[in-house]
Amino acid sequence: MLKAVGRNVPRKEGRDKVSGTSRYIDDLSFPGLLHARTIRSTIPAGAIADISFPFDTNGFTIVDFNDIPGRNIVALIDDDQPCLAERAIRHVAEPILILAHEDRDRLRTADVRIAYRGGTPNYDPSASPLCFKSIAIDKGDLDAGMAAADEIIEGEYRVGAQEQLYIEPNGVIAVPADDGQGVTVYGSMQCPYYVHRALTVLLGFPDERVRVVQTETGGGFGGKEEYPSMIAGHAALAALKARRPVKLVYDRGEDMLATTKRHPGVIRHRTGVTRDGRLTAMDIDVLLDGGAYATLSAVVLSRGVLHASGPYRCDHVRIRGRVMMTNTPPNGAFRGFGAPQTQFAVEVHMERMAEQLGLDPVKLRDRNALRPGDTTATGQTLGADCSAREVLREAVKRTDFARRRKALAGTNRGIGLSLFFHGSGFTGSGEVKLASKASLALTDAGVRVLVGSTEIGQGTRTMLAQIVADTLGVPYDTVEVNAADTSEVPDSGPTVASRTCMVVGRILQRCAEDMRARLGRLSPRDYVKRHGPLVITKQYEKPPEIVWDEVLYQGDAYGSYGWACDVVEVEVDPATWQVNPVKLTSVHEIGKAIHPRLAVGQIQGGTAQGLGWALLEEVVMRDGRMANNSFTNYIVPTTLDTPDMEIVLLERPYRHGPFGAKGVGEMPIDGPAPAVINALRHAGYDLREIPATPERVMACGSR
Amino acid sequence: MRFTLNGRTVRIDAHPMMRLLDALREQCGLTGTKEGCGEGECGACTVLVDRRPVNSCLVPLAHVSGARVTTIEGLRGRHPLQQAFVDFGGAQCGICTPGMILAAIALGPKPSREAVRTGLAGNICRCTGYHAIYESVERAGKNARVRR
Repeated sequence: MLKAVGRNVPRKEGRDKVSGTSRYIDDLSFPGLLHARTIRSTIPAGAIADISFPFDTNGFTIVDFNDIPGRNIVALIDDDQPCLAERAIRHVAEPILILAHEDRDRLRTADVRIAYRGGTPNYDPSASPLCFKSIAIDKGDLDAGMAAADEIIEGEYRVGAQEQLYIEPNGVIAVPADDGQGVTVYGSMQCPYYVHRALTVLLGFPDERVRVVQTETGGGFGGKEEYPSMIAGHAALAALKARRPVKLVYDRGEDMLATTKRHPGVIRHRTGVTRDGRLTAMDIDVLLDGGAYATLSAVVLSRGVLHASGPYRCDHVRIRGRVMMTNTPPNGAFRGFGAPQTQFAVEVHMERMAEQLGLDPVKLRDRNALRPGDTTATGQTLGADCSAREVLREAVKRTDFARRRKALAGTNRGIGLSLFFHGSGFTGSGEVKLASKASLALTDAGVRVLVGSTEIGQGTRTMLAQIVADTLGVPYDTVEVNAADTSEVPDSGPTVASRTCMVVGRILQRCAEDMRARLGRLSPRDYVKRHGPLVITKQYEKPPEIVWDEVLYQGDAYGSYGWACDVVEVEVDPATWQVNPVKLTSVHEIGKAIHPRLAVGQIQGGTAQGLGWALLEEVVMRDGRMANNSFTNYIVPTTLDTPDMEIVLLERPYRHGPFGAKGVGEMPIDGPAPAVINALRHAGYDLREIPATPERVMACGSR
Repeated sequence: MRFTLNGRTVRIDAHPMMRLLDALREQCGLTGTKEGCGEGECGACTVLVDRRPVNSCLVPLAHVSGARVTTIEGLRGRHPLQQAFVDFGGAQCGICTPGMILAAIALGPKPSREAVRTGLAGNICRCTGYHAIYESVERAGKNARVRR
């Protein structure tokens, strides 16, 4: 019997968070601490001509690229991004120098002068000469599919950038080893082992001389996936040069100006369809704006194209994707990771097709929705946990969609829906390459979970402890979770890609199964007394049926998928053109909710972020610089902007997930934007771009 | 500068224009009050001054002279809202939580949903979509004795 899984057990670190005793990075201090500040480029393209320091530099530690003992790169996928600019400048806010001083006022007022030779910036990804990555997916025979169509319907859809806006800005503290030959970095981050690797490359230290410790992290949403490697490098360089601990915590303006955003994109669809609404061919072009350096763009594009045809069956598909360099700060990871962009396009396109064909939008989706045994665009055959039609039907039933749609016709309200899916875990062969490890150690009182996976609010510690408790047959309270400290835990892979529960949870479950067999009838305490300590470590094992061809982009793109449907009702203010989401229903099929309240929390939070992206959140770029880099001017949903939400969980177990669980973290953000735009279409507004700000709605309504 | 902090009189020698937020975190060592934006928009730094919620990043220290200031630490982990935020999912990443709880205390013991929605509009949470926060506040309200 399950005693922890499926129940709303108390969050492991809950009491600390509500008591104010949790320690986030800015809450920590060390003796002799220096504060640091990043000196950044003010031009979008060109070169550094001269740097001068017309102030009293006494007491300052000043770091430039010459202080880098290893390679001057932020090691990730492509080694193209310098940790500190040497000469060339590719974007505004590119880091050039690190200043450190014990007095924050002197640090803040230090007036570094940098002279540049300006270059010509390019902000148009379609005009960029540098392609970071292109991907092609082909299924069937596109021309034959188009020939079989009664109608060919085209459309172009645009999505804007989005700021993660975790409430705790990026920050780290670097503490040098006494001998100067090592460093410990504490910080707010999702992926301690990404930071660890980046530091070893930057500093030229062996693995064991670099230690990375995650501190309590005030939100990530992808924004603390790759960027902490950069800021950790800066603090470490300053700490090693000063031989003192260095704290580098961004203020909000700097965080928004300099760190990554969701990739803006343009997605084009050309779809062959029969008169009765069967998709015969899908031709999709995805263009993403990568910003100035590659960061994670290649994999964002990958997830984007792999979700570009939506949760629909079609025999003839051609998908082309490109992510291009432009002269803005690099775009990077943000919850959903390419899939929200492409699924926005396909879902708005489906709605337009239904309209043009005179078909019911629910019936059009139901007819084409993937079902068990169908194949995706990459030829992946879906298993019994393919639930596209179930979530659609449940959402339609719950909202009385058809009747409500009729009732709202001709009013200033509209109702719309979106059907979407999200692959759990790394794309393609990514999980095999990661080869994640997790450990379980016996303690006097029970067991301890050892993983590099981080708690960033989503409930990692709690959920992993539940899985271990029930697999091992011990009380939840006796399962501890170790801090994500690279000197103590194995590399269980990054905390991204909706993978922590399904992938890392499953590795831990295998550890627990093994441990249970070893314990036999002994309690953990008795086992330790009799046999001494026991640590069990397991590595990811690919389920044998998963086959992926990285070159042809064919096969099983993800181990499993979650499925979901959003229905949203919006109201357009006739005076201000402001769009208010009034009510939202979301049906999510996630395999198994290990902790229903946490799972619902992910869905509500991700949905609110998706509504923000759809309606409020506009990154205004002027001359390559974010113009509205403040909480005042970049608007995220408050209580008053967030509608009542009804969340429905469905469970179709995935056989390789722990207790059947699939991923849940990212999927909720895929659906709200297209549902909102489809609701606006129902209200009479033909929008194909987000955010649907009052200005855009007005332009559309006045046409 | 003298004021009452969490029920005890404190005296701080600092510039009168120092932000209350910095005084609390650095002079008093109470780091439960968080900085999210530094411009009074996010509410993470909310504390109570004479029972009213304020953004401590906007309040100069001089302003609280003689006043009663309550931070999250002042609740000593015993306020019903604190347990409710654990039980009902009101805290995810936790960075907005201290400010959110203090803002919720200022709503009184049994606020209506509309009062909660309006009263917490100045406290931004990026994790929860707010529903779990409403539930936490409403469930706590059932047996809350308002302590300030």
